[in-house]
Amino acid sequence: MTTATTLRSRHLLGIRDLEAGEIDLILETALAMKEVGARPIKKVPTLRGRTVVNLFFEPSTRTRMSFELAEKRLSADTLGMTTTGSSVVKGETLSDTARTIEAMAPDMIVMRHASSGAPHQLARVCRASIINAGDGTHEHPTQALLDAFTIRERKGRLAGLRVAIIGDLIHSRVLRSNVWLLTKMGAQVVACAPATLMPAGLRELGVEVTHEIDTAVEGADVIMMLRVQHERMHGLYLPSAREYFTYFGLTPARMRLAAPEAIVMHPGPMNRGVEIDSDVADGPWSVILDQVANGVAVRMAVLYLLAGGEGGEG
Amino acid sequence: MAVVMDADRVSRSLMRIAHEILERNRGVDDLALVGIRARGVPLAGRIAAALKALAGVDVPTGALDITLYRDDLMRHAVGPQPVIRRTEIPFSIDDRVILLVDDVLYTGRTIRAALDALIDFGRPKAIQLVVLVDRGHRELPIRADYVGRNIPTSQQQSVQVRLVELDGRDEVEVEG
Repeated sequence: MTTATTLRSRHLLGIRDLEAGEIDLILETALAMKEVGARPIKKVPTLRGRTVVNLFFEPSTRTRMSFELAEKRLSADTLGMTTTGSSVVKGETLSDTARTIEAMAPDMIVMRHASSGAPHQLARVCRASIINAGDGTHEHPTQALLDAFTIRERKGRLAGLRVAIIGDLIHSRVLRSNVWLLTKMGAQVVACAPATLMPAGLRELGVEVTHEIDTAVEGADVIMMLRVQHERMHGLYLPSAREYFTYFGLTPARMRLAAPEAIVMHPGPMNRGVEIDSDVADGPWSVILDQVANGVAVRMAVLYLLAGGEGGEG
Repeated sequence: MAVVMDADRVSRSLMRIAHEILERNRGVDDLALVGIRARGVPLAGRIAAALKALAGVDVPTGALDITLYRDDLMRHAVGPQPVIRRTEIPFSIDDRVILLVDDVLYTGRTIRAALDALIDFGRPKAIQLVVLVDRGHRELPIRADYVGRNIPTSQQQSVQVRLVELDGRDEVEVEG
């Protein structure tokens, strides 16, 4: 694999559309962006005069704050819209909202939506670059990129690592983006969930599938715990949170099965005592807060690379 | 095409610049070197080595990537973005005399960007500019304090600086 010199698309809709070299370019650029966050003045003039609209049709704290911080560190002008108190609750359709925003001529739109494919629809009607900040149960590309950045920071590589992804997989866009990313970069992925929360078709993507957490954790270099998404469960998926924790919760005892120096990740927000024990979440394995810090650097890299522009002679 | 500086001339120029730096600043106590990526970084390293040989003192040395401060980044709607490298300035620049090092001084726009970037790191006592080659055609009111060689060029020509650390050999060539 060689690092790409540019991204082929002006949108970031999913990891599925990216080549390994493009992923590498984003991660390398993020490394330089992370240094900006360590400076006394954590701001560079790169996106001065550019307008970025943050469209969040679904509740989000860390992703929205992380994008906002990334935009501000690059000196972009930002405006935000959340569904509460907006025209969306008055019944406006997605395409009408999109056209209205388009008329204000933003350069980029960062979008979170409960429906899979919503940012793709926006990309078809808008001139602006669209960044998918999570669409339904489909993809969450910047989360997978920041996860990969954090793994590389700790392990020095992605290829050849054994990564266990455990939790509510059927509802998880983080799982899908991570499976695309990790398999493209040569990592070995094992997925673990109760049968009711396991999506179909993972084996076809080269993922090992198990319903036993001990099998998943054994020998894993990276353990990614995903949140039980009660808000997306309209039906009987689990008997109880306590039973889920007994069979699928990550505890210090289970961590002994993992590879030496294994790391534990969680995209947040965590349900302590449901998918993860507090002693693991706050323990020596945890890189959960590194993930949050790295999210800003990775999103700066994506904003920069999608912003276009052409280099000339100095 | 025409090689205007060979390895010997490059190294003699850098040694002369090191002497001039010592003379002008009367010592090295509050000096620091910052090289502009890519080729200013090895040049800064060589000047640091020369200052060490002459004055017996280690001058702190850093690397600056100015990509995020360029004035031509966002001028075209679509096109490849320049690759960003890490900026590494592992010391406080406050109250120091910063020797900013680059390979070629041309329009002055890179230096303008570098000055903006440096000021975001602190408040240096002074900034002095070191370049291996000054090829003219300034578009901004900027001049170098130490110059390896002045080379008159036309705007159609390009000046290639090659350094052992990055290109396998030392030479300066004017092409076109």
